[in-house]
Amino acid sequence: MRRVVVTGLGLVTPLGADVETAWKNIIASKSGAGTITRFDATDYQCRIACEVKPADHEYGFDAGKRVDHKVQRQVDPFIVYGIDAAGQALEDAGLTDMSEEERFRAGCSIGSGIGGLPGIEAESIVLYEKGPRRVSPHFVHGRLINLISGQVSIKYGLMGPNHAVVTACSTGAHSIGDAARMIAMDDADVMLAGGAESTICPIGIAGFAQARALSTNFNDTPEKASRPYDVDRDGFVMGEGAGVVVLEEYERAKKRGAKIYGEVIGYGLSGDAYHVTAPHPEGSGAFRSMEMAMKKSGLALSDIDYINAHGTSTPLGDELELGAVRRLFGNAIGDLSMSSTKSAIGHLLGGAGAVESIFCLLAMRDQIAPPTLNLDNPSEGCNGVDLVPHVAKERPIKAVLNNSFGFGGTNASLVMRAL
Amino acid sequence: MSETADRVKKIVVEHLGVEAEKVTEDASFIDDLGADSLDIVELVMAFEEEFGVEIPDDAAEKISTVKDAISFIDANKG
Repeated sequence: MRRVVVTGLGLVTPLGADVETAWKNIIASKSGAGTITRFDATDYQCRIACEVKPADHEYGFDAGKRVDHKVQRQVDPFIVYGIDAAGQALEDAGLTDMSEEERFRAGCSIGSGIGGLPGIEAESIVLYEKGPRRVSPHFVHGRLINLISGQVSIKYGLMGPNHAVVTACSTGAHSIGDAARMIAMDDADVMLAGGAESTICPIGIAGFAQARALSTNFNDTPEKASRPYDVDRDGFVMGEGAGVVVLEEYERAKKRGAKIYGEVIGYGLSGDAYHVTAPHPEGSGAFRSMEMAMKKSGLALSDIDYINAHGTSTPLGDELELGAVRRLFGNAIGDLSMSSTKSAIGHLLGGAGAVESIFCLLAMRDQIAPPTLNLDNPSEGCNGVDLVPHVAKERPIKAVLNNSFGFGGTNASLVMRAL
Repeated sequence: MSETADRVKKIVVEHLGVEAEKVTEDASFIDDLGADSLDIVELVMAFEEEFGVEIPDDAAEKISTVKDAISFIDANKG
């Protein structure tokens, strides 16, 4: 099997719309949470979110930088974020002017958990208020999940595999894992892989709140709301943004002297086969996903230095994941650090796995584990595990594991190592 | 320039993201302003909203330049 490495990164997050800004803010223990500004959420159970900041903000997002004006008007924000993050990653990898021959072997696997919910909501109102002849001709392709991959392929002329994963909150991790396999199996030499999400809209907040998934106890102190592993956690805080990496076949990357962030060496997938929203009570799916990824990686359990947890700050999920980690790693758990960056940027749903994989790669580059914010009083099940509370921790990090789990009982784990 | 022309041009600039100077009366939406067939559907909808006119599909198909749009609107608005 061909080896696959990461040679480019791109991020749009609530703490920064480029890789270095977002990472700097994560390491500085900043929180991207605040009162919802996109709409008046006064009457909602949950009134907080981690929004991507506007262009005039200190670490805001300027859509005009990489996305045409016309495209911005036609598509939902998740596609705009995805196009920008993909552009950043290609620029970072130095692959913006590939030859036609190279571009035949370069593809996209950029997914989303939900897709264009704000646009679906808004256009439904147009339909009911003004009738079918007022619905935008760009409605469908401006909301479809695979239209990040579609738009990016058109913008950069990438003619290889064009794919889009839809596995709820596992999307970002599955996207990278699937795309790595496409390269390993010789379907492509270069793949843009990742995920994006933007569902901070009335129906999105109301829907997740009704599913009892969102935090509702911290509406007056938004930065305290995302608190994975803490006894007072009461649900996740919705985030938004995108993460995209450039995956490249190792020999090709080496030959052109590319900067290599790490190698994707293990990928595990499983299903809980248990419940649509609740995780399996023994964390069986999470366990098998991690076990498969570790087995594929060829590493010993003790080789893993850092785990970026799914850790959404929901009462059930955090401890079940930690329990599964404990069972798999046994005594080796005492030597690793594990944190949830969702404590800082919220839950990016379909973007989470990709954004968090990027944080894993940066943790290896800078030899520092990002913190779990708000972990004031760890839950009972957290004893003996370094969850990196409050502040980042410098430590040797040569190999990492990233977990993502989603509604429907879908699980994905990735193992990466430094070269 | 007529009031209709001003308002048409403003809509074209906003929807297609082109510079105002390029939106001359002779400009073709597709050949000169980078529109595709769906952009024209959207423009026609915007004209209908702005001017309170109905532009049937067979009439919309004949609108290919900025001038075509202005003429149709002037001839049909109430």
